[in-house]
Amino acid sequence: MKFTVSGKFLSTAACVMLALSAPALSMAGDTIKFGIAGPHSGDLASYGLPSAAAAKLVIDKVNANGGIKGKKIEILQEDDVCKPEIATNTATKLVSSGVEVVLGHICSGATVAAMPIYKDAGILVMSPSATSDELTYSGKYPNFFRTIAPNAAQSPAMVDFAINKLGFKKIAIVHDKGDYGKPLAEGAKAYVEKSGKGQVVLFEGITPGAMDYSAIVQKIKESGAEVVVFGGYHPEASKIVSIMNKKRLKVKFVSDDGVKDDTFIKVAGADAEGVYAAGPQDNSANPLALKAKEEHKAAFKSDPGAFYEGAYAATVVMLNAIDKAGSTKLEDLKKVLQTEKVDTPVGAVSFDEKGDAIGVGFSMYVVEKGKYVVVK
Amino acid sequence: MAVFKELKKGALISLWFVFLTFPVMVIKVDPIARTVAWRWEKALYMAAGTFIVYFLVQFFMKKKATRQETNTDKEQHLSIIHRILQDPIQRNILLGVIAVAALLFPQFLSAYQTNVMTTALMYVVLGLGLNIVVGLAGLLDLGFVAFYAVGAYTYALLNLHFGLGFWTVLPIGGLLAATFGILLGFPVLRLRGDYLAIVTLGFGEIIRLVLENWGEFSRGPSGISNISRPGFFGIDFDLQASIIYTYYLMVLLVIFTIFVVNRLQDSRLGRAWIALREDEIACQAMGIDKRKTKLVAFSLGAFWAGIVGVMFAAKTTFVNPASFTFLESAIILSIVVLGGMGSIVGVLFGALILILMPEYLRALSQYRMLVFGVILVCMMVFRPQGLFPTIRRTYTFKKKPHTPCTDDQTANS
Amino acid sequence: MDYFIELLFSGLTRGAIYALIALGYTMVYGIIGLINFAHGEIYMIGAFTAFIVATVLSIYGFPVLAIVIIAGIAAVVWSSSYGYTLEKIAYKPLRYAPRLSPLISAIGMSIFLQNYILLAQTPDFLPFPKLIPDFAFMEPIAHIVGSTDLVILVTTVIVMVALTFIIKFTLIGKAMRATSQDRTMATLVGINVNRVISATFIIGSGLAAIGGLLIASHIGQINFYIGFLAGIKAFTAAVLGGIGSIPGAVLGSLILGLTESFATGYVSSDYEDVFAFSLLVLILIFKPSGLLGKATNQKV
Repeated sequence: MKFTVSGKFLSTAACVMLALSAPALSMAGDTIKFGIAGPHSGDLASYGLPSAAAAKLVIDKVNANGGIKGKKIEILQEDDVCKPEIATNTATKLVSSGVEVVLGHICSGATVAAMPIYKDAGILVMSPSATSDELTYSGKYPNFFRTIAPNAAQSPAMVDFAINKLGFKKIAIVHDKGDYGKPLAEGAKAYVEKSGKGQVVLFEGITPGAMDYSAIVQKIKESGAEVVVFGGYHPEASKIVSIMNKKRLKVKFVSDDGVKDDTFIKVAGADAEGVYAAGPQDNSANPLALKAKEEHKAAFKSDPGAFYEGAYAATVVMLNAIDKAGSTKLEDLKKVLQTEKVDTPVGAVSFDEKGDAIGVGFSMYVVEKGKYVVVK
Repeated sequence: MAVFKELKKGALISLWFVFLTFPVMVIKVDPIARTVAWRWEKALYMAAGTFIVYFLVQFFMKKKATRQETNTDKEQHLSIIHRILQDPIQRNILLGVIAVAALLFPQFLSAYQTNVMTTALMYVVLGLGLNIVVGLAGLLDLGFVAFYAVGAYTYALLNLHFGLGFWTVLPIGGLLAATFGILLGFPVLRLRGDYLAIVTLGFGEIIRLVLENWGEFSRGPSGISNISRPGFFGIDFDLQASIIYTYYLMVLLVIFTIFVVNRLQDSRLGRAWIALREDEIACQAMGIDKRKTKLVAFSLGAFWAGIVGVMFAAKTTFVNPASFTFLESAIILSIVVLGGMGSIVGVLFGALILILMPEYLRALSQYRMLVFGVILVCMMVFRPQGLFPTIRRTYTFKKKPHTPCTDDQTANS
Repeated sequence: MDYFIELLFSGLTRGAIYALIALGYTMVYGIIGLINFAHGEIYMIGAFTAFIVATVLSIYGFPVLAIVIIAGIAAVVWSSSYGYTLEKIAYKPLRYAPRLSPLISAIGMSIFLQNYILLAQTPDFLPFPKLIPDFAFMEPIAHIVGSTDLVILVTTVIVMVALTFIIKFTLIGKAMRATSQDRTMATLVGINVNRVISATFIIGSGLAAIGGLLIASHIGQINFYIGFLAGIKAFTAAVLGGIGSIPGAVLGSLILGLTESFATGYVSSDYEDVFAFSLLVLILIFKPSGLLGKATNQKV
């Protein structure tokens, strides 16, 4: 009985608190608060920092031109180290410091964990990299948008390439048991089985960070697979291809966006030659992409990293929406995002009902002479 | 002369560290561009840094030594917290201040701060649970996070499939975790010390791997999202309110746990645990059922972990296996040892320090975990018994025979 | 049949590396009864030192053999120095502290060393230079047993023999055995226990460095985090064999490596680690002090 009494008291206290804090939240400041969330430290920082750099470049440019409708844009950057349980803290921190739109998060798991918090606060979130199907397909997050194609588009791209382009039938699917690789691999398996054109001879998960993958490579060999479709990140992929070469196993390796990273070529070296990877569609012919790259070079004296273009595009699109809508209310922003096409480094982008970018897809790349080139 | 000798020693030690850190600090190679950068200035920093740190350490050691010489009075050795707790008036004042602070905390600080504090409080309860197993019963458990995972997934799955609410699942999660505690307890009854440690570690890993691989059951690494937050008689809170509500729930849970653990400690069972920790054989000889005592310790410890697991799932609204790694067990264990094994006050402070520190060390950004590691080592080196070690119960025989015994005075600590 | 042999060798290779790391755990445990959780990090530092030295030398155009020898020596020297210093800083002041305090200190050290490498070098994965060439005579069976597997197995055997010799016949080896049997008695007969402990850390760290060097050139990449999982696995192997027992550590490592390899090959790599840990639990249920561990009767 005692508990219910104190519970009532507490909830009253909470409501009072809410009433007190509510005006503070809705009071529009003289800046537009732009949140950036992603891994900015730790071992996955290389996935998150380029996005932060992209947003800064775009925003600095806009601010130098007087901001949006006279308001300057203020960046609030928070680290989530790609961990779901930390991402909820990160999101709470951003929401409670009054951000109006958020660029992020980077990793799918962290994004899924953080989304309910933004959803409750009615904040627009746009990720350059989170590919989990759940984010858009489940319909749970009307405030979520992204400038990268979802897994649901990536697995078929990989499988179609292996079957139709390379002409293989026997497919071994390997994944890293992670929240990115496993759904991708499962999607690939389902797609192969549905298409009926190929056969999955092996479906296995490996432990990321394990010392050595000889046993799984032997198993791939034993299965008689002609091609390996791998879902996961580049460290495991480079270990597998290097051991495959050591074991003189001549099987093609088709992988995903997590492997389409220059670090993979650096680490795997000669073993990387001939590895295929799906990646965000080739934008090298897009003048805006070239310009974005130049800006990065001028500002940081280095080539941009992963998801840079997507983040650049997301920032441009969001700022444009704020400008056109004249507010940061979710409904207004959504209307602009879904109706208006904006030229960005990833192409002319608008969004569908679910929040996926229209006209953003995957291209297949292959490693040739130490570089990823588009497969024609 | 002594100063010169000290200086020489300091110089030698810094030289040693320069040598030690030479390849990692000074040389930076780029294997792709095939270039080598020699960062000699880092060796210089290293030398200077080590030299200063060495003398700081020497200074503190000296101070500690002289302090120990001057006050030999036993009472003085008690930490200030324990002294306050022993005096009923001071204790009530302290508790009052803490209660007010805890109550007003979310009113004055942002939702983010409240959220961080809720996390810290969750670790307080986890620490208190593990404290039963490690601190009281002396069974080294490196897989405690498994029970936490059981609790979290119990809620996540029951909520997902059957739409069960937080309050219904709270006891179920705790009981299920306790059952797992017994399941783990049976095979390891015979094991001692470090063998027990590795088996519990293995158990923790097995639970995590099963959750990761058995996708049909647990949705695998993608985890389960959109778990309902704790409800309150059908009222739906918005984010801000529900963070505060969760915080208050957690405060209540902490108070409840402290109350129960404190009573347990003084119970027959608690004394049996302590006897078990001190000497298994003597304990058996006293007629204590070793099997039962150990199993109860495992299951009661696991019970709290299960409860907090449910809280965790409800708070973050998302669970996936990546949250339940060995590192988590290591942190909970660190809380118990850092605070002082078997000490409730210790666990309280250990959790607050260890969980809040990395949050507030965010200012140090990338140096955060480095500093965390250093602090962990330093705390152990300078205070190996923990921050607030338990006071051993002592029974003092008074000279005058007619004075009634004052045992219950100390028992309250 | 080929498949079986392939799995056998990949299991043995894995086991050999585990053994090199597990020996460090078991020796330290035998002498001071402490789980040195930072041992995995020593292995990582060995691999990193080898990486840095080997890359520098190859940039300056040294011949491969010279690179292998110098990088190997550098890895052992620096790892041992780290092991020695680690003990002096984090464990020696805690020698008479409550049993769990050094464990926490070790966890702290492990976190520190990982982040130290991360900050001083890089969080990225780095390509490890190819130190072990493909031998021409191995080519016919290269699809079953690679040159690196062969080098790993041969090196491990040589190191084991050398270690056995040190422990059995040298003065410091005798002192180690005496100390592990009874530290107080060892002091009484004039053994400098502090020096024995330092020697144990130095030898254990050196072995881990060799393991780090070998595995890094086998899989061709390193980063600051490789020590953690390897350390846990090696520790499991040491306990499986009976912690404190040197042949036990080797046996435990081989069993663990083979279990993982065959579990992957014949069942599923999804549950590789589940098999490994379940085996451990099973063995410990029937032999509570590991395969070759001494069952000590506790006396009152």
